[in-house]
Amino acid sequence: MSAPSLLVSASPHLGAGDSTPTIMWNVVASLLPIVAVAAWFFGPSALLVTAAATAAAVATERVLGHRGTLGDGSAVITGLLLGLTLPAGLPLWMAVVGGVFGIAIGKLLFGGLGQNVFNPALLGRAFLQASFPVAMTTWPVPAAAGTWWALRGDNFAFPFTSPRVVDALTSASPLGRMKFEQQPTALLDLVLGTTTGSLGETSGLLILLCGGYLALRNYLNWRIPASIFATVAVLAGGLHQLDPRYPGALFMLFSGGLMLGAMYMATDLVTSPVTNRGCWVFGAGVGLLVVVIRIWGGLAEGVMYAILIMNALVPYLNRWTQPRVFGARPVEPAT
Amino acid sequence: MWRHLKFRHGVHPPTLKELTAGVPIRRVPYPDEIVLPLRQHTGKPARLVVKAGDRVERGDPVAEADGYVSTPIHASAAGTVREIGLWPHPDGSYAQAVRITVDPYSPQAARPRLVPDWSRLGPADLIEAIRQAGVVGLGGAAFPTHVKLAPPKDVRIDTILVNGCECEPYLTTDHRTMVEYPERVHLGLRIMMRCLGVSRAVVGIERNKPDALEAIRAAVPKDLDVSVHDLEVKYPQGAEKMLIKSLLGREVPSGKLPLHVGVVVQNVASAATIAEVFDTGLPLIERIVTVTGRGVRRPANLIVPVGMKLRDLLEACGGLTEDAREVVFGGPMMGLAQAHLDTPLVKGTTGVVVLSAAEVRPQVSYPCIRCGHCLDACPVFLNPQLLGQLAQKERWDEMEANHLADCMLCGCCGYTCPSNIPLPQLFALAKGALRQRQAAA
Repeated sequence: MSAPSLLVSASPHLGAGDSTPTIMWNVVASLLPIVAVAAWFFGPSALLVTAAATAAAVATERVLGHRGTLGDGSAVITGLLLGLTLPAGLPLWMAVVGGVFGIAIGKLLFGGLGQNVFNPALLGRAFLQASFPVAMTTWPVPAAAGTWWALRGDNFAFPFTSPRVVDALTSASPLGRMKFEQQPTALLDLVLGTTTGSLGETSGLLILLCGGYLALRNYLNWRIPASIFATVAVLAGGLHQLDPRYPGALFMLFSGGLMLGAMYMATDLVTSPVTNRGCWVFGAGVGLLVVVIRIWGGLAEGVMYAILIMNALVPYLNRWTQPRVFGARPVEPAT
Repeated sequence: MWRHLKFRHGVHPPTLKELTAGVPIRRVPYPDEIVLPLRQHTGKPARLVVKAGDRVERGDPVAEADGYVSTPIHASAAGTVREIGLWPHPDGSYAQAVRITVDPYSPQAARPRLVPDWSRLGPADLIEAIRQAGVVGLGGAAFPTHVKLAPPKDVRIDTILVNGCECEPYLTTDHRTMVEYPERVHLGLRIMMRCLGVSRAVVGIERNKPDALEAIRAAVPKDLDVSVHDLEVKYPQGAEKMLIKSLLGREVPSGKLPLHVGVVVQNVASAATIAEVFDTGLPLIERIVTVTGRGVRRPANLIVPVGMKLRDLLEACGGLTEDAREVVFGGPMMGLAQAHLDTPLVKGTTGVVVLSAAEVRPQVSYPCIRCGHCLDACPVFLNPQLLGQLAQKERWDEMEANHLADCMLCGCCGYTCPSNIPLPQLFALAKGALRQRQAAA
């Protein structure tokens, strides 16, 4: 019997099958329908902005990251998610800046995949929000463009010049209208996405479906979105009962970036707690902060900061929610 | 009372038992040479009693127990002691072993011996006979059986559990034993109940072995309080702590043994072996082994003399296929990959699994993405994610504080890890480092 070259590896010798790259590329695949719908609503601008953010993120990972980390797909996710949090009319150079910042400062500075404290896409967005507040809150109206092909803003503005603002095509976001003008938006528009907002803030229904796929495959911890939705619904519903001027639970759930944030940002495996109990607390914290910022804060939208603040608390949540070891007796009370 | 019947967490690997589940047990021809390592059990290695050139008959001792937690080792075939020296051991090291050239003309009949009548022996004599026969737990850990049957005086044992789960994928050793020798299992159980002075026994068998359940149920003696229960198919159902939780709802306290909750767990193959000891008078010199996997041509359940070399055993099963890649002693979840085909089978070898190139885990790891799957898999509720990170930084003390001692190296965390981080290996390393430091102190 000829001896083949035998492999000697540590047990277990079988694996469950879903590797880290498999998970990451599945997340990418589940984001593509959302990008496609954004393109349907916002035309080529949507594709340009998403592509610019993604290309910047991937290029940064390639240049500054360790060799071979592109294949794990995590940089693509960061780029796509960042793109989906941007308005369609954003000048492309700003999207590039966001992508570079998200990967370089938000991820690689911490040590790369698995080491970062904050969601890199949200960190990139926070940087853009602080740097370019006007461009980041200029929301094109989906249906208002003359043809599908028309750009929804000055996408090709030269870096560090003021982009031309085309007033006729933009409007405040549903949250902004609610907060500053007390103008509600029809729930159906929010659910289907036929309203203003950043690229991925539009169709709540589609995001629920795509995120639900990931939850079914156990690529995200369903407890996080469940906890966020429950907290927001209870708090917003309760406040609405107390004072009808506050928006209702369904408006809160389907407006702004809550769906995308709850399904894709808060559930980022690296920056959310590892324990299930920690995930419940994490989600509740995000939900609470979203409601507080949206209702009493100076900003119309609070999902981004809510998640970033809770990201910072994750090490504590992990420590406080360690599992009870099998056979560990509860501490006996001193008599 | 039977409302529990489950433990929490664990994983569901494919069972892959169909290759050999229906293959009847057969005897394998004697090889030209057998190699008997002196360390085949948990505890102190046995002490040599033969020298090179000695003639031994089948069943003669070649080494005696060295201390209480130790067992004697017997020649599994008649022949001549060729050499005593270092030889590849299943654990990957080289260890002292007795090489015996098998006499090709011997009928392999054992010396005529007095077979003790178990029904007239008291517990102490029964346990001594079991000790002399070199019986160890055949489920894989090879813990000396006589130690388990003689618990300290201050603990009271009320139940004996018989482990027929065989939750490791691929293996069908216990399965075939239960199907073909149910009476032996019950006789061994009866003897163990007499040793321990308990009146109640519970057999736990995973639901994917309906024929074994039926055979064991049908053979339950009328005069004994033995109940047989079917259990969920889940790994590691056959781990002692999990089995006790499933069958009795008792949780073995962290850092304690099953006997602290009044339970002794024995594997079905160990029970059958005890029956054989009192049936034939022969010590533990052969065992049933499943040779299986996509990498072996004719998967089989075999009665194998202890000390048979891997090469001879594989040859008896038609040899390796073209795409055979990894040869594992034991099941694929906890088994040890072998580097040498000259490695002998030992008492604790439950099976030989030859994995094909398509089955083995990829040899590449990714960074931990903190998905938390390992926490959901760990049957003893540890935090393998945290332990793994601590292990990579060699922070052994913090690992100890995070209950490393409760880890039984079942492999659930490593199985479920999408980043393919060798968590069980890291934990074994940490346990070894802590043991070494303790020994040095």
